[in-house]
Amino acid sequence: MLRYVFRRLLLTVPLLVGISLISFLVMHMAPGGPIGVASDMNPKATAEVRERLKAYYGLDQPLYIQYGRWLGRMATLDFGQSFSPDGRQVVDKIRERIPVTLSINVLSMGIIFLVAIPIGIYSAVRKDSWFDRISTVTVFTGFAVPTFWLALLLMILFGVKLGWLPISGLVSLEHDSFSLAGRIWDRARHLVLPVLLAGFGGLAGFSRYMRSNMLEVIRQDYIATAKAKGLPERQVVFRHAMRNALLPVITILGLSVPDLLGGSVIFETIFAIPGMGQLFYQGVMSRDYPLIMGVLVIGSFLTLIGNLLADVGYALADPRIRTG
Amino acid sequence: MAAEARSMFADFLRRLARNRLAAAGGAAVLFFFIVSAFPHAFSSHDPNRIDVLRVLQPPSADHPLGTDELGRDVLARMVHGARISLKVGFVAVGIATSIGLLVGLFSGFYGGLTDAVLMRFVDIMLCFPTFFLILSVIAFLEPSIYNIMLVIGVTGWMGVSRLVRAETLSIKERDFVAAARAQGAGNARIIFRHILPNTLAPVLVAATLGVAGAILTESALSFLGIGVQPPTPSWGNILTAGKDNIEFAWWLSVYPGLAILFTVLGYNLLGEGIRDAVDPRLRGR
Amino acid sequence: MRRLLTAVFVAILAAGSIGLLAGCAGEKKESSGKEAAGKQETPAHGDAIVFGSNGDVSGFLTAVTSDSASHDAAGYVFNGLVRYDKNVKLEGELAESWEVAPGGKKITFRLRKGVKWHDNVAFTSEDVMFTYRRMIDPKTPTAYAEDFKQVRRASNPDPYTFVVEYDKPFAPALASWGISILPKHLLGKYEDISRSPLNKSHPIGTGPYKFVEWKPGERVVFEANPDYFEGRPYIQRVITRVIPDQATMFLELKSGGIDSMNLTPLQYTRQTETGEFRKAYNKYRYTAFNYTYLGFRLSHPFFADKKIRQAIAHAISKKELVEGVLFGLGQEAIGPYKPGTWVYNPDVPKFPYDPAKAKGLLAEAGWKPGAAGTLEKGGKEFQFTVLTNAGNESRAKTAAILQQNLAAVGIKMEIRTLEWSAFINEFVDKRKFDAVILGWSVTPDPDQYDIWSSKKTGPKELNFVGYANPEVDRLLEEGRRTFDIEMRKKAYFRIQEILAEELPYVFLYVPDSLPAVHQRFHGIEPAAAGISYNFIKWYVPKGQQKYTSFQK
Repeated sequence: MLRYVFRRLLLTVPLLVGISLISFLVMHMAPGGPIGVASDMNPKATAEVRERLKAYYGLDQPLYIQYGRWLGRMATLDFGQSFSPDGRQVVDKIRERIPVTLSINVLSMGIIFLVAIPIGIYSAVRKDSWFDRISTVTVFTGFAVPTFWLALLLMILFGVKLGWLPISGLVSLEHDSFSLAGRIWDRARHLVLPVLLAGFGGLAGFSRYMRSNMLEVIRQDYIATAKAKGLPERQVVFRHAMRNALLPVITILGLSVPDLLGGSVIFETIFAIPGMGQLFYQGVMSRDYPLIMGVLVIGSFLTLIGNLLADVGYALADPRIRTG
Repeated sequence: MAAEARSMFADFLRRLARNRLAAAGGAAVLFFFIVSAFPHAFSSHDPNRIDVLRVLQPPSADHPLGTDELGRDVLARMVHGARISLKVGFVAVGIATSIGLLVGLFSGFYGGLTDAVLMRFVDIMLCFPTFFLILSVIAFLEPSIYNIMLVIGVTGWMGVSRLVRAETLSIKERDFVAAARAQGAGNARIIFRHILPNTLAPVLVAATLGVAGAILTESALSFLGIGVQPPTPSWGNILTAGKDNIEFAWWLSVYPGLAILFTVLGYNLLGEGIRDAVDPRLRGR
Repeated sequence: MRRLLTAVFVAILAAGSIGLLAGCAGEKKESSGKEAAGKQETPAHGDAIVFGSNGDVSGFLTAVTSDSASHDAAGYVFNGLVRYDKNVKLEGELAESWEVAPGGKKITFRLRKGVKWHDNVAFTSEDVMFTYRRMIDPKTPTAYAEDFKQVRRASNPDPYTFVVEYDKPFAPALASWGISILPKHLLGKYEDISRSPLNKSHPIGTGPYKFVEWKPGERVVFEANPDYFEGRPYIQRVITRVIPDQATMFLELKSGGIDSMNLTPLQYTRQTETGEFRKAYNKYRYTAFNYTYLGFRLSHPFFADKKIRQAIAHAISKKELVEGVLFGLGQEAIGPYKPGTWVYNPDVPKFPYDPAKAKGLLAEAGWKPGAAGTLEKGGKEFQFTVLTNAGNESRAKTAAILQQNLAAVGIKMEIRTLEWSAFINEFVDKRKFDAVILGWSVTPDPDQYDIWSSKKTGPKELNFVGYANPEVDRLLEEGRRTFDIEMRKKAYFRIQEILAEELPYVFLYVPDSLPAVHQRFHGIEPAAAGISYNFIKWYVPKGQQKYTSFQK
């Protein structure tokens, strides 16, 4: 078992290098430098000032030197200083944004879990029933509807017309003057719409996967045997089928990290949530190289960890993998 | 051999048709396909004709879906936009599928070092938050329709390659492959003539789902201002134009939103239906 | 806000709603909400005003930032030596008065006494000297050093006098002293002020508001400075919320989540006419300090001929642009200055919308309609590509309308939108374009040397269309080398005549700024400079105050 984990860990090293290389390359195929936005089209910025900014940012070095320096610093998670005027450390900027994005993603994954799994199971058990059909269409609708569109519609309904929920942001303006309970409630209210929307979008993938796994497991002989033995259906389903069908679902948890992280750009923009997605988007628009690379690397890193955990978890559960 | 293939196909179609949801999905797909192929049959207005006096008019006899923020007929733009949006979907998926097929076939067939290297590459690409990658690249290039297709394609082939590789691995051990080899067929011939056709089923499913995803991605890019650029109409940019007027000019949001919804839904249901119809394990139910 | 000197390029923000207001001329106010004008009301202290902004602050020192969100925030905390008053004339801020010596090469500022920094240290001429030194210091990553490098010598003979001498008279000099004056006692030890906490987290200035907190990506909060030298502002707190999406911001306005934002023309005309909205908000309208134009690469074979450019001007319907893009909330532009200001010359050659005349002029130049309807000459079609930046709705609409206008006279114009950075760096700076649709901010000081001088046509310089006219060059020099308003006016009037005749740009339109403010804020008096020049005098009557948990 340990050997398997070790082997998997070793594999991550070349992956990390590959990630850093690809992100660096992506950055540099970009025309236009980062100083562009800082002083473009500003009648007050002359060429001399521009050159000064260029030297200041270190962009006059040849590419491979820039990459080498960056790789070395990446190992210590030092992505350097952001090119934006506040010049803060990239790690700090990412670090303060991660909790928000992660919490929304974790919460929405929770919802997905709670809702998608029962739907998947029941759809499989009652294949082709009305429930199956309706739930299929519903979860696919969640996937198919453009997020920002639905977000605005819900904001109008719950925020403007009914006034039940706040429209955007993480906390109210008077947040600091609330009691502890008040503050928790305030945060919760602000998270309702974003989390629900994020969850709704992700339902499709999980529930369908769960459903097809269940279907496959149900058809197995040992299920037929259990049924023949006269065991009640519920027991058959829960004890035998579900456990086996659940395993693969765990693995795709790890795989869905990149999508959740990426999908957050739209989300965070429309809900004015200062998360990683927004940070990345702004970084891209202002050609903040260190920031872009930092987010890509950290995002990939998180995925790697997610995959690793999923693989290990799967290996723990399925003896065939361990000894394979 | 041909007759058997024909009847397998008929079989497949029959099974597909029996699946109500898939059939509905297929109908939606077909409908939008026809709309995009024959736009003039559905609207006689010029989708780019600006009329500043008729800005944001509600649906009427002359403009069944209303007019947009420059007075252009929404139905005409939707109909021509269908072509653009679907084109983006198909070409992007075409690119993704081609790359995925090649990678998967070579990886599965040759095994060994080729396989290891290629699959590591796939793993690396899969680690990146896809949308982030797309964002970076599009933001650095100009948001032309070709770049968008290219980028979505180049960032979406990984799933296909894994599927194809799995299929290749199992197919290459089969009898007919050995037979072909005994007859002196070279590797290329074996890969492309014998293995490839048998991997098409899962590829078709992935492609169908991929088109849906590409359409959604284009609308996400439009929201951020880097999708297909106006005045060229695409559902994504019509929807984005509508979002700022969502309460006041509902027709500009509702119709493109529904169009995207039904198209993507249709492709998803169809894709799933194909998967069910092709899956040998589900046969006989 | 009140600081208008930094010629920040407004157009960077797409279809911007910045929530804070540029100054300008030509006022108009529309409101049906309560206006305190007639009543005798005593202003009350308290409450908070919440602005919405598309972008977040990136730093608090204007010297080292260039986005409007940062400059607006800095405007609450810092003062300059001078500022613009309600009529867009320079008045003293930290400077009580100033004298321009005869000959125009020396300015003596007499500074206010008794002004304190927010940490209670006294403000003196040492701070002004320090600011000047840092502006020209190569270690300061500023884009605004140019004006200060013209200074030959600066001195501060006593704590309340500051003297600058220039080699040659430099009229824009006065305005340049509107930049934020920096505290020497706090920044002295930082070689690079952009790395100091004053820029990165906690600004300390002399201004009407003190910094409270900055939650990056979320909001910036300021609180009234009770010791402000012009008197304590009435509104107790200023909060700017970062809301990147325009649609979301509008919803927040409607639900009361924010108190003020800049409306788009569409929102102003069609979406805010409900009784509900008008009861709760006042809408204001005044000419903005920017204009949009179609610029030609003058070395392009098609555009080198002035007659062609004039023909294109005749083909364009500026009325359609104002209707279609601005919904009538703006005016046609005929030159690079803001209508209603002293430097604006309304009597310049004009080329009104006249497609027939356009076709005639083009025919004269040898362009005849070809088979497909597009004009042809010598086997070549009259086709070109116009570039503009992606994500800007007004520019996109402008391009679409122009495309239609030009097609009607047989010119085929392709539209290509590019992401901003690539646009500037790859195409504009490298002169790889046929034509562009862009805009300029118009500074109150009329010196536009950088845009029109033939010496500024190098790579990355701002005269990227390559305009060169010796008479204009001479007039530009004349304009900036004297302080005499009448002489300057003569020079700039003549420049506008020439530009209007030669049309290196077709000047398209000047939009209106359309802020909406919650009706509980009284004391707003629209003027040439906009509405925020007297922000410290805005107040909310006691009975209508909304945010009471912030009371001191």
